[in-house]
Amino acid sequence: MTPVANIRAEAARLKDMFQDAGAVPLETDILQPAETLLDLYGEDIRARAYVTSDPLHGEQMLRPDFTVPVVQMHMAHGADPARYTYSGVVFRRQEDDVNRANEYQQVGYEVFDRQDPAAADAEVFALLSSALGDLDFRAATGDIGILMAAVNGLKTTDRRKAALMRHIWRPRRFRALLDRFSGKSDVPATRRALLKAQDPLAGAGPHIGLRSAHEVQDRINALVEDATAPLISKAEVALLSAILQVRDECPAALNMLRDIAVDLPAIETAVEGLARRIDALDTRGVDVASLEFEASYGRTSMEYYDGFVFGFYSVQKPDMPPIATGGRYDALTRRLGGGHAIPAVGGVIRPDLVLQLRGDL
Amino acid sequence: MSIKLGVPSKGRLMEKTFDWFSARGIYLSRTGSDREYAAKVEGIDDVELVLLSAGEIPRELAAGRIHFGVTGTDLIREKLSLWDQKVETVAELGFGHADLIIAVPKCWVDVDTLDDLDAVASAFRGEHGHRLRIATKYHRLVRDFLRDAGVADYQLVDSQGATEGTVKNLTAEAIADITSSGETLRANHLKILGDATVLKSQATLFQSKIAVLSPQDRAVSTALLSQLEKL
Repeated sequence: MTPVANIRAEAARLKDMFQDAGAVPLETDILQPAETLLDLYGEDIRARAYVTSDPLHGEQMLRPDFTVPVVQMHMAHGADPARYTYSGVVFRRQEDDVNRANEYQQVGYEVFDRQDPAAADAEVFALLSSALGDLDFRAATGDIGILMAAVNGLKTTDRRKAALMRHIWRPRRFRALLDRFSGKSDVPATRRALLKAQDPLAGAGPHIGLRSAHEVQDRINALVEDATAPLISKAEVALLSAILQVRDECPAALNMLRDIAVDLPAIETAVEGLARRIDALDTRGVDVASLEFEASYGRTSMEYYDGFVFGFYSVQKPDMPPIATGGRYDALTRRLGGGHAIPAVGGVIRPDLVLQLRGDL
Repeated sequence: MSIKLGVPSKGRLMEKTFDWFSARGIYLSRTGSDREYAAKVEGIDDVELVLLSAGEIPRELAAGRIHFGVTGTDLIREKLSLWDQKVETVAELGFGHADLIIAVPKCWVDVDTLDDLDAVASAFRGEHGHRLRIATKYHRLVRDFLRDAGVADYQLVDSQGATEGTVKNLTAEAIADITSSGETLRANHLKILGDATVLKSQATLFQSKIAVLSPQDRAVSTALLSQLEKL
């Protein structure tokens, strides 16, 4: 068999396995409306996805992943609960490394289920893990929901919480905002001048553009209000840092987070969710005593995940992209569901990497 | 065989490039009628002058169809990915200075930094239902810059000319463009964000790392480089 045929055969094997686990097979279009993906991921996606167009449909993208079309299909006419599997190529534009694949197979398994999120998380993790058989891989896990709960629990204004929440997946900007709100970095000179000005609009010249004078005034008001709001305390910043530094095997990580929750009760629910997930993984036969948990895992690369996140990495080839990745994306179903939402978790395997590691390619 | 040198075919950029070379004893000139793109080189043997649009010189260097070329740093960075693997900087020529900047309406008195722009982009999207539009022709440079800065909720809209007018015409909320003096920006009621210099550009002589050199070409190339270093 040619390599491509090998990859297809491996993809079929994985998909069969997922169907045996109760998943309904799905097909999605390769061409996806660019607008949906751009609204979701922002302009950055253009650097990572192929954009094309025609005069009738406008801008289209070669699907960079299956999650968005699968969620859309489910939200439009899915059963509740539902399990899906799919297999096909995804396309990733490459700007910096010619050796990285710009087209590769993915086989996925997605669970839409309201009953028991911890059990669903464990189901996806255990199924993908067993699909890799005796391959030598390392699993990384995390939970974006704990950091989000911590931000929500800060004793500060809703506006600041929203600003931090918006940049959960951009650690540098998140840190810069936190430094500003906690007084660690100075207020920029331009901001100070604006706040001190008798008439901030003096010398502004004619009003041009779509953003109205009202919106400018609203933001000035918000900035004035923000300037009088108390700083986020050093103690709270220290707790956030403590959460982000948690990295250990599951039982120890859980203990550390429970300790932090004593001082930051807002994360209690999320931490107990982690405890239930660890139990559910244990029930599924996952060796949780040696399973790694990293609170900041998935913050830079997995932007729509808002709970459990995981990735499987080759032990012999640590430079290789992850063999499998996945996570929970409850908020995404709301964004694409037109007002409806359902808890959802899923993951994908790259059959080409599985074969490479087995030495069959 | 000969070495090919690509130079912008028109205007001040061409004239200043000719001046820069002549100060180093290499005399470039156009021949034939005003409309004919023919040229000659004096002061060094076996160097052939190719007149091109400045915007095409990066591509020709990367393809190895010319050995040397004069163009702006902005165009090299925008048009070539992994540019430093394809071309080498020989000399900055000291003219054609221009900064790629981000500018917003002057009436946005609440916006002076990227931090402000990001916050406004979020509020704007909530208010208007679409992402804040930035008009530019430098898509890659601006996108990379804004990603590194952690700015979200914006979109780039293509503008190949008269970019400063897009805000007034309601086709964009902000612009990212090349400016030298900032006069056109001021005339169009725009101001530059203080911490948003995407790139400082000037006319630069590049050497292709892709173009194949025969032993004879190599000698010509060495002679050219050593003559340029004089002065």
